[in-house]
Amino acid sequence: MTTETLVPVDEALTRYDPVMGLEIHIELNTTTKMFCGCPTEFGAEPNTQVCPVCLALPGALPVVNAKAIESAIRIGLALNCEIAEWCRFARKNYFYPDMPKNFQTSQYDEPIAFDGHVDVEVDGETYRIDIERAHMEEDTGKSLHVGGSTGRIHGADFSLVDYNRAGIPLIEIVTRTIEVPGDKAAAVARAYVSYVRDLIGGLGVSDVRMDQGSLRADVNLSLKPKGSTTLGTRSETKNVNSFRSVERAVRYEISRHAGILDQGGSVLQETRHFHEDTGTTSSGREKSDADDYRYFPEPDLAPVSPSREWVEELRATLPEPPAVRRARLQADWGFSDLEMRDTIGAGALQLVADTIEAGATPQAARKWWLGEMARRANEQGADLDSLGITPLQVAEIQALIDAGRINDKLARSVFDGVIAGEGTPEEVIVGRQLEVVSDDGALGDAVDRAIAGDPDAAQKIRDGKQAAAGALIGAVMKEMRGQADAGRVRELILEKLT
Amino acid sequence: MSEPAKGISRADVSHLAGLARIDLSEAELDHFAAELPAILEHVAVVQQAAGDDVEAMSHPVPVNNVFREDVVVPCLTPEEALAGAPASEQQRFLVPKILGED
Amino acid sequence: MTDLTRLSASELAAKLARKEVSSVEATQAQLDRIAAVDGDIHAFLHVDAEGALATAADIDSRRAAGEGLHGLAGVPIAVKDIVATKGMPTTCGSKILDGWIPPYDATITQRIKAAGLPILGKTNMDEFAMGSSTEHSAYGPTRNPWDRDRIPGGSGGGSAAAVAAFEAALAIGTDTGGSIRQPGALTGTVGVKPTYGGISRYGLVALASSLDQAGPVTRTVLDAALLHELMGGHDPMDSTSIDAPAPLVVSAARRADVKGLKIGIVKELGGEGFQAGVSARFNEAVELLTSAGAQVVEVSLPSLEYALAAYYLVMPSEASSNLARFDAMRYGVRVPPAGVDDPSAEQVMASSRDAGFGDEVKRRIIVGTYALSSGYYDAYYGSAQKVRTLLARDFAAAFEQVDVLVSPTSPTTAWPLGAKLDDPLSMYLQDVATIPANLAGIPGLSLPVGLADEDGLPVGLQFLAPQQADDRLYNAGAALEKLLEDKWGGPMLAQAPDLEVAR
Repeated sequence: MTTETLVPVDEALTRYDPVMGLEIHIELNTTTKMFCGCPTEFGAEPNTQVCPVCLALPGALPVVNAKAIESAIRIGLALNCEIAEWCRFARKNYFYPDMPKNFQTSQYDEPIAFDGHVDVEVDGETYRIDIERAHMEEDTGKSLHVGGSTGRIHGADFSLVDYNRAGIPLIEIVTRTIEVPGDKAAAVARAYVSYVRDLIGGLGVSDVRMDQGSLRADVNLSLKPKGSTTLGTRSETKNVNSFRSVERAVRYEISRHAGILDQGGSVLQETRHFHEDTGTTSSGREKSDADDYRYFPEPDLAPVSPSREWVEELRATLPEPPAVRRARLQADWGFSDLEMRDTIGAGALQLVADTIEAGATPQAARKWWLGEMARRANEQGADLDSLGITPLQVAEIQALIDAGRINDKLARSVFDGVIAGEGTPEEVIVGRQLEVVSDDGALGDAVDRAIAGDPDAAQKIRDGKQAAAGALIGAVMKEMRGQADAGRVRELILEKLT
Repeated sequence: MSEPAKGISRADVSHLAGLARIDLSEAELDHFAAELPAILEHVAVVQQAAGDDVEAMSHPVPVNNVFREDVVVPCLTPEEALAGAPASEQQRFLVPKILGED
Repeated sequence: MTDLTRLSASELAAKLARKEVSSVEATQAQLDRIAAVDGDIHAFLHVDAEGALATAADIDSRRAAGEGLHGLAGVPIAVKDIVATKGMPTTCGSKILDGWIPPYDATITQRIKAAGLPILGKTNMDEFAMGSSTEHSAYGPTRNPWDRDRIPGGSGGGSAAAVAAFEAALAIGTDTGGSIRQPGALTGTVGVKPTYGGISRYGLVALASSLDQAGPVTRTVLDAALLHELMGGHDPMDSTSIDAPAPLVVSAARRADVKGLKIGIVKELGGEGFQAGVSARFNEAVELLTSAGAQVVEVSLPSLEYALAAYYLVMPSEASSNLARFDAMRYGVRVPPAGVDDPSAEQVMASSRDAGFGDEVKRRIIVGTYALSSGYYDAYYGSAQKVRTLLARDFAAAFEQVDVLVSPTSPTTAWPLGAKLDDPLSMYLQDVATIPANLAGIPGLSLPVGLADEDGLPVGLQFLAPQQADDRLYNAGAALEKLLEDKWGGPMLAQAPDLEVAR
């Protein structure tokens, strides 16, 4: 692999303006595939969810899943798109072993939804992202590359293909070019993907899990010299599997492009792969004349012509628009503007909402997700929703705190246990023996020892300086390894000394 | 490639064979390069037939909105799915190493 | 005792219903006939004696038990090797599918099995139905029972020859540009291409999706109607299947009355380029129809001029995409490239496709790839699809004046094996009369109208009708069949030479 010359982003942005395009693939959560009745369950045994249609056996024919059309229209409407009065599927012809027909049934110049927009917020500023189109297509199978450097495509001896995923319905959402101030580009890209995740999650048509691949983002980026109007050559970065990675991929490509352009080189139009571990991209496949997909209307499928009545019925099923919803939630929760902005910026809006829904107070929900959970996500380089802890569990743990069974410090250990798969919060408390001790017998002995061990503090309390109790409480907590009910300890100290 | 209706060169045939994933031999390339111009010249008359106002017919019987309900139907068993495979392992289709990834 | 193989399907069905013969006897008779003559004719690629006899025995016992059965239950049938048959090889006449056994049945296979017709085996064809002579089969050509040095037409030469040689009374064909009708004409049998969408395409290995239709291959018009009715009707597995009541073809075949019927002779499909003997028999047949009370006029379809060119763009374009799945990854024969160590998937695909596909298939894939490629699409594929619109308008205008159209099915009678093999363009020209129906999605029926004076070989006449008016074909076809048989004193195939029977 060649070594890239990288220019620091801040420096690059003094000479170049980034131009972005984002493509998001959404895997729909329909019960069956796009063109056949095979189930779509995630994680099934290999090749157990296949039939003549999705294996492309000779003679098999596709039939469109009505639910997928409905979901596509709802997504289009949520993105403020026009819905086509008449459109067709098209065949995109190219050979690839995990694509059974060696063409992808997709849409070409007649997408079901087009000309939309969404508004995303970054640091209090609103940016409008124009949506060019949202079209329907199907997913491919999954290859396991065996031999060579394990799991990687290059150097593999052979590949093993599982077609369970082949034919699962996808919606591809394509933006028009996004030109925002360079220092905001990465954050806007991330905010857009996060916004689309919330929007489509709210429709209930997809699991929108980046870590499971049900939401996948491609980042197209080019640089143009400041003051120039001609677009540069773009790279297309794939495999960007978290919100954080979207941001990092934008920044990395800015650095890389600038390095090439600074040296008078030209950027290759190519597919690049993002690597989560290093935050870098590597060359995939060069785009060339050979990319002649020979699109033509799919003769095996009838055109799709959603009636205007149907479109209006579906429009009526849309949840409230995100801006309205956010305003409502902020009022309901009593969050300050800053608290709300941080919550949205962290991609935690839905998680906080779900945690409150499960019984936690708004401030408690915010505290956990933006504090403890954000810290963990940051350490792991993961998104909040892939930490392995659910809003329901956060609410349960908060309820245990409120009931005095554990304290904040112990809660962190409960989170560790839940994430480690040790069971429900309740089971973790039992398993790790985390419950706070509020039994006066055990606590009383510890309090007596603390008083004996720190006569100065004890005397101050007797003299009326209750603030001195902190030292004694600390000593008791230390002896009890944090598992004492701090409130009860304080009461006991004051009972004994006043 | 050259302009439409002006014929087709041996290099064009080779390019097309690449798109169609057929490893044509040198003899086959010669053969098709000699033969295809006459065929393409014959079919090129379609360009004279209709103007821009004529719709292209993609489906001979015009029907819209043919959908199925989102209901599971039985799949093949993995054994049936893999029965015709030239090679398989771990209940998956074994294919030679894949070079480029899209 | 009657030679059971000489009976029409409807005659055999009647005998079966009356329990005069058993299905096992009839099936065994066909299997014996196949064993005797097919070494020479080579209509079959695969014979399933055991399976056919098992079905026959099952039907016999169900009939004995008084169960209500389909009218054709127990009548043996031959199936073109392009139709998926679970547990029975399906090769499409191609090396690339050598040994492939489908794990599923085509919808029409399901319907045949549900009706209890013993499946004798799979019939030969041009590879992936690309050809007009059955010489492009990777497994060797089929020979014409009228003259074994001649081709039986194609692509469905196997089904037509099987029926003409009394190896089966019923066969399935598929017709993308004439593959049912042209072999029918060249072997003296009846072949019908129904309205596009009239019979499910689910499980037919696709050549050109917007042109392909399955249909019956038989010796009589009534038999064709019976089989058409069995196979036809809506199928939710095929998005292009027509969801409307199917035309009543059997009652139309029984009506057989052309009095007052308006018939249009297609001006462009006759005269120059048509063999003299073909024109003579065609004209006599039209006279017979007139004498029976039909009103015959001449009509013009000006866009026919472009039809052949449009067909030879649409068909290879769609085929190039449909045949992409044959890549030796999930099924089919994998042939690694010679002299390459550790080849990639890409290389193995390319070498397998080179080794597995024949010359004609490669030729059409290359042409189709060209016609769809960027920068050429509008000039070729796009323009060809516009010709279809023009042609459909021409047909619509013609059918405002007349009920059915007629033309010779093929410009010539059967030609000698090998005569056109090195000249693909001249082979393509043989389809001029049959392809318009496929381009416009309308139904067509070919039936034998006599032997050409110059070579003594069968001539076929084709009726065309508007979409979903397949019944008109059967009414007119059965009427003409009756007029001709009255004139000849029996069916035309009675004049076919006896085949030397292998013992």
